[in-house]
Amino acid sequence: MARSGPALKLAAPLKVLAQRLAFTGLLGASVGLMVMAKAEAPIVERARMLVADAVVPVLDAVGKPIDTAARWVDTARHYADVHEENRRLREENLRLLHWQQVARNLEAENRALRDAQRVTTEPGLTFVTARVVADAGGAFVRSVLIAAGARDGIAKGQPALVPDGLVGRVGETGERAARVLLLTDLNSHVPVQIEGTRDRAILDGDNSDQPRLVFLSSGAKPQIGDRIVTSGDGGVFPPGLPVGIVVQTGDQGVRVRPFVEFHRLDAVRIVDYGLAGALPVGAPPPQPRRAR
Amino acid sequence: MVGAALAQLDRSLKQALPLILTALIALLSVVPLPIPEYAVLAPNLVLICAFYWIVHRPDLFPAWGAFAIGLFDDALSGAPLGLNAFVLLVVHATITGQHKFFRGKAFWLIWASFAVLSAAVAVATLLLVFIVMKVVAAPGLFLAQLGLTIAIYPAAAALLGRIQRLFLPGG
Repeated sequence: MARSGPALKLAAPLKVLAQRLAFTGLLGASVGLMVMAKAEAPIVERARMLVADAVVPVLDAVGKPIDTAARWVDTARHYADVHEENRRLREENLRLLHWQQVARNLEAENRALRDAQRVTTEPGLTFVTARVVADAGGAFVRSVLIAAGARDGIAKGQPALVPDGLVGRVGETGERAARVLLLTDLNSHVPVQIEGTRDRAILDGDNSDQPRLVFLSSGAKPQIGDRIVTSGDGGVFPPGLPVGIVVQTGDQGVRVRPFVEFHRLDAVRIVDYGLAGALPVGAPPPQPRRAR
Repeated sequence: MVGAALAQLDRSLKQALPLILTALIALLSVVPLPIPEYAVLAPNLVLICAFYWIVHRPDLFPAWGAFAIGLFDDALSGAPLGLNAFVLLVVHATITGQHKFFRGKAFWLIWASFAVLSAAVAVATLLLVFIVMKVVAAPGLFLAQLGLTIAIYPAAAALLGRIQRLFLPGG
């Protein structure tokens, strides 16, 4: 294969030059992309979700055995304290039966009051349950990728919930994948209120585990242990969704520990409350169905 | 005829192995594990893999490969698009520029170089994130992740070395 002659002598520096040019071009392209990402160009989001759409089936398949293994570990752990659990559940059951009675009374009272005031009831909400297939870490983003997208009726801005409480909101949607921005992400700002006092505030993520309460209404004195729920201001989240509990007050600022354990998310429920809010519309009306 | 074609396919696949493997690791490293803080503290496996191959088989890990894998990683992880592409390109240029230095060097020296380079990558990422997102990422987390990444390198390099000897002997 050994070749020699003037052609090779000329080819070598040309090759180096071509490589340098290609490298500079690629470097320029990556800088250009970052600039576009900074300007939040829609094409960047589309490109990102295109990749997500392509890999979601693979991630979904890879994640399933891990989920199963985690469930086995959980099951084994539960067997160990099944008696204790039973006792606890019996007590809880008694307490809940009491609450059920309270709820029935309230429901009846509510109905009576609504009838008296001729209040129109809210339209029924629809939801999609989707598996969490990718967990994007890094010290600057807190988001998860879910295996459901626009074709399942998911649209930007919709809240993501688990039974424990609010997880975050949909930040980007692809055809069959969507990215959910967690409460702890830097770009997450959720209008909340302190349950009980109804003092308003914004829950600001800062990539730590415990987001901060900012813009507290004047005179508000949050106490450690106060429950934080959504306030419904801004029209993104409906009011009353459980968010977290105050764990720190004082000069260091007020911090809230979310009810949701983000590392244990295996599925989330994306809910359409029919709140258009300040968010772009355009997605088809969602139907309640289960996406894998 | 068929034999020759198969041999050619085999050779092409083996030569694409470093890129395929790194892309696969980028994909697998976003699979959620039920471990607290794992997503935040997870070592930068993509950097480890890319570093290993660029040092040991630069011919099979071209600059465009570093760019493409960086972009893929950005799209998956939700980082600003272009961030990891930029970082991996600079890593690529740094290593290939010092290629003579790495040739036949003792393992601990390569490890030390990796430590220095990954620290530089962490600082560069912090800076870029600050510029692009106006965000000061939690430095404690960065340090923890960096420590883990450096600590895990020997084990990862041993594994990658095995793969290299198995599929790409003589390289």
